Amino acid sequence: MSACLRLCTAASCRSRGATELLEHCRKALASDQAQLRVKEVGCLGPCSDGPLLAIDPTDRLLSLQEVNGSDLETSLAEALQRGNDATGLKQWQPSGSRELSPDEPFLNLQRRLVLGRCGVVDPESLADALAAGAWQQLPRVLEQNDPPAVIEIVRRSGLRGRGGAGYPTGLKWATVAAMPGSQKVVVCNADEGDPGAFMDRTLMEGDPHTLLEGMAIAAFAVGAQQGFIYVRAEYPLAIERLRTAISAAEQQGWLGRGIGGSGFSFEIELRVGAGAYVCGEETALIHSIEGRRGVPRPRPPYPAEHGVFGLPTLINNVETFGNIPALLELGVEAYGTGTKVFSLTGHVQRSGVLEVPMGTSLRTIVETMGGGAPQGRQIKAVQTGGPSGGCVPASALDSPVDYDSLKALGTIMGSGGMVVLDDTTNMVDIAAFFIAFSREESCGKCIPCRSGTVQLEMLLRKLLERRGQVADLEQLEALCHTVADASLCGLGQSAPKPVLSTLRHFRGDYLALLPAAEVQR
Amino acid sequence: MSVCTLRINDHDLAVPLGTTLLQAARQAGIHIPTLCFLEGLSAVAACRLCLVELEGSDRLMAACVTAAAEGMRVHTDTPRLREIRRTVIELLFTEGNHVCAVCVANGHCELQNLAVEVGMDHSRLPYRFPQRGVDLSHAQYGLDHNRCILCTRCVRVCDEVEGAHVWDVGWRGEHCQIISGLGEPWGDVNACTHCGKCVEVCPTGALFHKTDTSEEKQGHPERLQALMHARTHQQWNP
Ligand SMILES: Cc1cc2nc3c(=O)[nH]c(=O)nc-3n(C[C@H](O)[C@H](O)[C@H](O)COP(=O)(O)O)c2cc1C
Ligand code: SF4
Ligand code: SF4
Ligand code: SF4
Ligand code: FES
Repeated sequence: MSACLRLCTAASCRSRGATELLEHCRKALASDQAQLRVKEVGCLGPCSDGPLLAIDPTDRLLSLQEVNGSDLETSLAEALQRGNDATGLKQWQPSGSRELSPDEPFLNLQRRLVLGRCGVVDPESLADALAAGAWQQLPRVLEQNDPPAVIEIVRRSGLRGRGGAGYPTGLKWATVAAMPGSQKVVVCNADEGDPGAFMDRTLMEGDPHTLLEGMAIAAFAVGAQQGFIYVRAEYPLAIERLRTAISAAEQQGWLGRGIGGSGFSFEIELRVGAGAYVCGEETALIHSIEGRRGVPRPRPPYPAEHGVFGLPTLINNVETFGNIPALLELGVEAYGTGTKVFSLTGHVQRSGVLEVPMGTSLRTIVETMGGGAPQGRQIKAVQTGGPSGGCVPASALDSPVDYDSLKALGTIMGSGGMVVLDDTTNMVDIAAFFIAFSREESCGKCIPCRSGTVQLEMLLRKLLERRGQVADLEQLEALCHTVADASLCGLGQSAPKPVLSTLRHFRGDYLALLPAAEVQR
Repeated sequence: MSVCTLRINDHDLAVPLGTTLLQAARQAGIHIPTLCFLEGLSAVAACRLCLVELEGSDRLMAACVTAAAEGMRVHTDTPRLREIRRTVIELLFTEGNHVCAVCVANGHCELQNLAVEVGMDHSRLPYRFPQRGVDLSHAQYGLDHNRCILCTRCVRVCDEVEGAHVWDVGWRGEHCQIISGLGEPWGDVNACTHCGKCVEVCPTGALFHKTDTSEEKQGHPERLQALMHARTHQQWNP
C-alpha cells in the first residue's frame, strides 16, 4: 500500500473540526513531491478520541484532539521534506497528538466484517471501494445464477435482523422469494431513530458500497427489481454519500438494467424521511415511502406479502444488508457466529463504534474496550436497545451479548445502541427519559400508546418530584403492562420496557422516592 | 367456499375462511366491544377494545382484523382483557374533555355506553383537561374537538364512502387532531358535499348538527350500512 493519510470526516470527527484539519493537510501536501495522498474516510472507531488520523502503510492511528491546525500543517510539511522514513512521515507525530497503540483492546478485540472497509476506503470513491474488494460478491452470485443457493447460505449462517427484532434473515428472504408475482421490492431501513445509536450512519457514511452490494444481492436472491433506502433527513452526510455511491455504481453497471451483463436489473432510490421514530416500524415506513402518513397498520399482512405499493417487499436493516458481502466472501464456516456493531456512549472513558464477535461479554465491551466508568465512578447499568430496550445491571455484565441472553435479562439487543450509566445515575430518571421519548414519538393512532405513554410519564414525574405513593408505583406497573399488551405496533408495545426493566433491576431507586413511612409497611 | 372451525369462549363455530374473529363472534351472538370499527368502513384496529386472547399465544389480537383460522381457541372476556378495556376507556376519558351532562350525544354516545359496560364509574388516572377548540364554521354542522376520540370513522367514511376526503389526522401522539382540508376551517373546505355522513357515524358528540342541543344527537351508522348494502348489491329500494 502506498503512503496515504486517512482522516475521518464522518459526523463525529467532523463535529470536532476534522474538515478544518483536512484543509491544513491538503495545504501541507500541495507542495509535496512524494505525492502523498490525504483521503477522507469513514469512522475509525474510537470517536471520543477524534478527530482521528490513520497513516498508511504503517497503519498508525493518531488522535488529533489537542492539535492545532496550522501546527499540523507545518509539521506535516517538514516531515514530508525529510521523506518517508524513520526521520520523516513514518515517525511523524504532530505536537499535541496522541498515538493509539494497535494493541489497545478497543482496536484489537474487534472483528470488522461489516465495517471491514469503513475507515479504509474513501466513501466517495468507487475506485477506492473496488480496490478494497467491493462489488466482488455480486458478480459471483450473478454468475452462479442460483438465487435459492444464496438464500440457503444466509439461512445457514444464522444471521438475524440487526434492526431490533432479530428475525432470521434467511427465513425472511425465503418468504419474499416464495411470493408469487414478478415484481418485488427490497427496502433498506436506514431510519435509525434510537437515541444513542449511530451504527447504521457509520456504515452509510463510511462505506456505502457495502450496503448497496448487500441490497443488490438480496434483490437478486428474492427476485426484486426495485429498491428503496429509507434514510432520515438528520443524516445529510450519509444521504450525500449514498447519492454519490448510487450514481457511481450505476455508471459502473452494478446498479440499473442488465447488471454485470446479466438479465438482472435493480434500481435503488433514496427516500428521505422527516425523522419520526415510528417511521422505522416497517408498515409505517412502507406508508411513508408511498407518500402517505407514516402510521403503522396491523400485521398480518406482513410486508413480505403486501408491502410497498402492495408488492411483496423485503425490509432489512442497514447492518443486516452490510453483513451479506462479508458472509458470501468468507462462507458460512469462516463467518462463524458473525458480529454485531455497537455504538458505545454514556459514562465510559472511550466511546465510539465497535464491531465485535457475537457473544462477546458486556464486560469486555464496556470495561475492557470502553475503559469502564470515568475516574472514581462505578458502572451501574448498561442500557441496550434504546426506547424499546432496558437496562442490564452491573451484576450481569458477564452476560454475552446475543439475542437470547439479553432477552432473558429483560432487555433486547436492539439495533446496537449501548449507553453506559454510572453510579451517579438515578434509574427512574432514565426510565422517564425514554418514556418521554416514546410519548413524543407516538404516532397517536392507537389509544394505549397515545394516551398511556403520557400517563406513564406523568406517574414517573410524580415519583421524581417526590409526590408519589406506593399506590402510584402499583399503578405505574399495571399501566406498563396494559400499554405493552394493548398497543398496535412495536413502539407502544415496547415503550414501557425501560420502566419495567428498571423496576426489575433497580426497584430501590423507585422506593427511595416514596415517603419513608409508606415503604416501611 | 372453504370453511374453518374454531371455538370462541364455549361456542364451537364453523365460518367461511376469511371471516374475522369479530364477525364470527357476532354471528354466534358473542358481544365484543368496539369503537373504531364500523361495518362498511375499512378496519384500522386503533381503539384496541376488541382485543381477544388466543390459546397458545401470549399476544393479544384485534378481533376486527384477525382472520379466523382452523382450530383457533379464542377468549373474549378474560380478566386481562377486562382490565385492558377499562383502562382504554379511562385513557380516552382522561385525554379529552367529556362533560356528558351538557353534550349533544348524552344518552346516545358509544363512549358513554362503553364506560358503563366496562364498569368505569371513575377514572383511576388523572384527567388532563386539555385546551381544545370547537369549529362552527360549517353552515349545518359543528365539530367539538373536546369530545373527539380520534376513532377516524369520519376520516374513513368521507374518504371511502363519500369520496370527498375532507378529513385527515394532523400532528402526532397526544397532539393528534382531526383536521379538515389542509387544516382550514371546515366551512372553508370546498370538497365538503354537506352529506352529513361523518356526523352520522361519529360515535360521540364530537360531530353534530348545529340544531341539536343536549341529549338530542343520535348516531346513524345503520344508514351507512344500508347504503353500503345498496351499493354492493345494487338494490336501492329498501
Ligand atoms: C418503533 C419502531 C422503530 C424502529 N426503527 C427501526 C430503525 O430505525 N431501523 C431498523 O432497521 N429497524 C427499525 N425497527 C424494526 C423494523 O420495523 C424492522 O423490524 C427491521 O427493519 C427489519 O429488518 P431486520 O430484519 O434486518 O432487522 C423499528 C421498529 C419499531 C417498532
Ligand atoms: S403503538 Fe403508538 S406508534 Fe404504534 S400505532 Fe399505536 S400510537 Fe402509533
Ligand atoms: S359532510 Fe360529508 S363530505 Fe362533508 S366532511 Fe362530512 S362526510 Fe365529508
Ligand atoms: S370526530 Fe367523531 S368520528 Fe371523527 S375521529 Fe373524532 S370521534 Fe371519531
Ligand atoms: S374495534 Fe378492533 S381495534 Fe377498534
